[in-house]
Amino acid sequence: MIKLEHVSKTFKVGKNNIEALKDVSVEINKGEIFGVIGYSGAGKSTLIRCVNLLERPTAGKVFVDDVDILSLDKKGLQKLRRKIGMIFQGYNLLATANVYENVAIPLKLEGVPKNEIKARTEKYLEIVGLSDRSQAFPSQLSGGQKQRVAIARALAHEPEVLLSDEATSALDPNTTDSILELLLKVNKELGITIFLITHELNVIQRICDRVAVMEKGQIVETGSVVDIFARPKEAMTKQFVRGESRFSIPPKLLKDLLASGKLVNLTFLGESAKDPALATLAKRFDVLPSIIAGGIDQLKDQSIGNLLVHLKGEPEQIEAAVRFLKDERIIVEEVNG
Amino acid sequence: MSDFLNQWGGSIWQGFVETMQMTVISLIISILIGIPLGVFLVLTRKSGQAENLPVYTFLNAFINVIRSIPFIILLFFILPFTKLVAGTTIGVQGVIVPLVVACAPYIARLMESAMLEVDRGIIEAYQSMGISTPKIIWNVIIREARSSIILGLTIATIGLIGETAMAGFVGAGGLGDLAYQFGYVRFQPDVMYAVIIILIVIVQILQSAGNVVARRLKKN
Repeated sequence: MIKLEHVSKTFKVGKNNIEALKDVSVEINKGEIFGVIGYSGAGKSTLIRCVNLLERPTAGKVFVDDVDILSLDKKGLQKLRRKIGMIFQGYNLLATANVYENVAIPLKLEGVPKNEIKARTEKYLEIVGLSDRSQAFPSQLSGGQKQRVAIARALAHEPEVLLSDEATSALDPNTTDSILELLLKVNKELGITIFLITHELNVIQRICDRVAVMEKGQIVETGSVVDIFARPKEAMTKQFVRGESRFSIPPKLLKDLLASGKLVNLTFLGESAKDPALATLAKRFDVLPSIIAGGIDQLKDQSIGNLLVHLKGEPEQIEAAVRFLKDERIIVEEVNG
Repeated sequence: MSDFLNQWGGSIWQGFVETMQMTVISLIISILIGIPLGVFLVLTRKSGQAENLPVYTFLNAFINVIRSIPFIILLFFILPFTKLVAGTTIGVQGVIVPLVVACAPYIARLMESAMLEVDRGIIEAYQSMGISTPKIIWNVIIREARSSIILGLTIATIGLIGETAMAGFVGAGGLGDLAYQFGYVRFQPDVMYAVIIILIVIVQILQSAGNVVARRLKKN
């Protein structure tokens, strides 16, 4: 659906060149929700803006539906952009137009027939749940409601893709959840592919199928959300995935625990979460497991359990116990200071 | 009071009509030149939608030059140009040209600053929907700036009324000329006071009307 090949973007700021994107390649499949996560300044925003050429790459190619969009002329680009909806952190609504007009005006400017404008505007305001506020002005709406109007405006063009540039970053947690629900619904019921960027792990966790982690203008890791959560490889990914849930142990306690056995981080995924693995382990081996900390992350389609366990016993017994856990398809990581 | 009205009512009314004529005609022409010029400034400036720095720099300097010249000097300075455009350099017809030359660049500046206040994000959102630049100018930039545009035009109009006072020097009449010729030169202060009161009332009405319209258009 969307394919970026070796895309680079350099900004000139005074005499300095700032490389916002360095040789980034990424592919978004039709029908999925693809997220890019990274800290601010990582180049996420530049990346997403290359998809509809709000930002023109300095090198590389961008394909949308197999069309090389960098080769399009002005008219061709305008036509393409109508297939790609976009929502923003700052909503970007007309302050001088009410909710209905905010959705209808762009359609009018595109030359959509009058009766169709009315039908589409009403339809999409209904979908985002704002039919009863159609006469209100943006200044009378909450942040979440404004984002709903922006979503309706984007959907009213009946796009194939929706780009979301930090759409929930200015919203409180409850409102964020309701907007994420709406995006999920848009993806499932209207079959619209969603490409989003965010710095909030929660957004990736809740609605994304696949995710790419960005750092300093490059994508450091890409994969399904489940994989990234269960087996993060790169330091940046680990920092994101575990930044919030990583169990921190006081150094003194850690030292004591390591002296008397082994400390392991166990990740339970899908089926492996159902078996009483630790109880079986205690019965079968001469090892005493004690749980130090634990937690569960809810992803879009499944949950991931995390346990920090101390295994006390003879080294060879512990080795055997770890092998057993691995056979049970539990992801085992040793923790060393 | 009735003596004063009998003696001066006719002249004051005539002055009022001349002032209004000069103001309205030059305002309309200035708007027709100033708004497009303002749009042009916004488009051609750095990171504008049609960035063109040579054009922008030239326009910018040109506007600054005209705005540096006091109107009373400009009035005489451009006499040959006035003659060329209007065919005459005297009367209401002769003063319209210098009034427009002074006012249009001023309006362009006011329009420029009003339009620059429009959030770039909104413009980008419309670009991302595949809407052409001319449509964005009219339906997004001017629409969103309309409240500030009205306030700017109010300021320009009031400035224009002030400038018409100097029209007397080329025989165009008006309230300002009346106050000067009779109130000052012939030492009849009551005529001057009457004119000042009328001008105060006009300016108050204009500014209040401008404020009300701007507030209505703002919608927030």
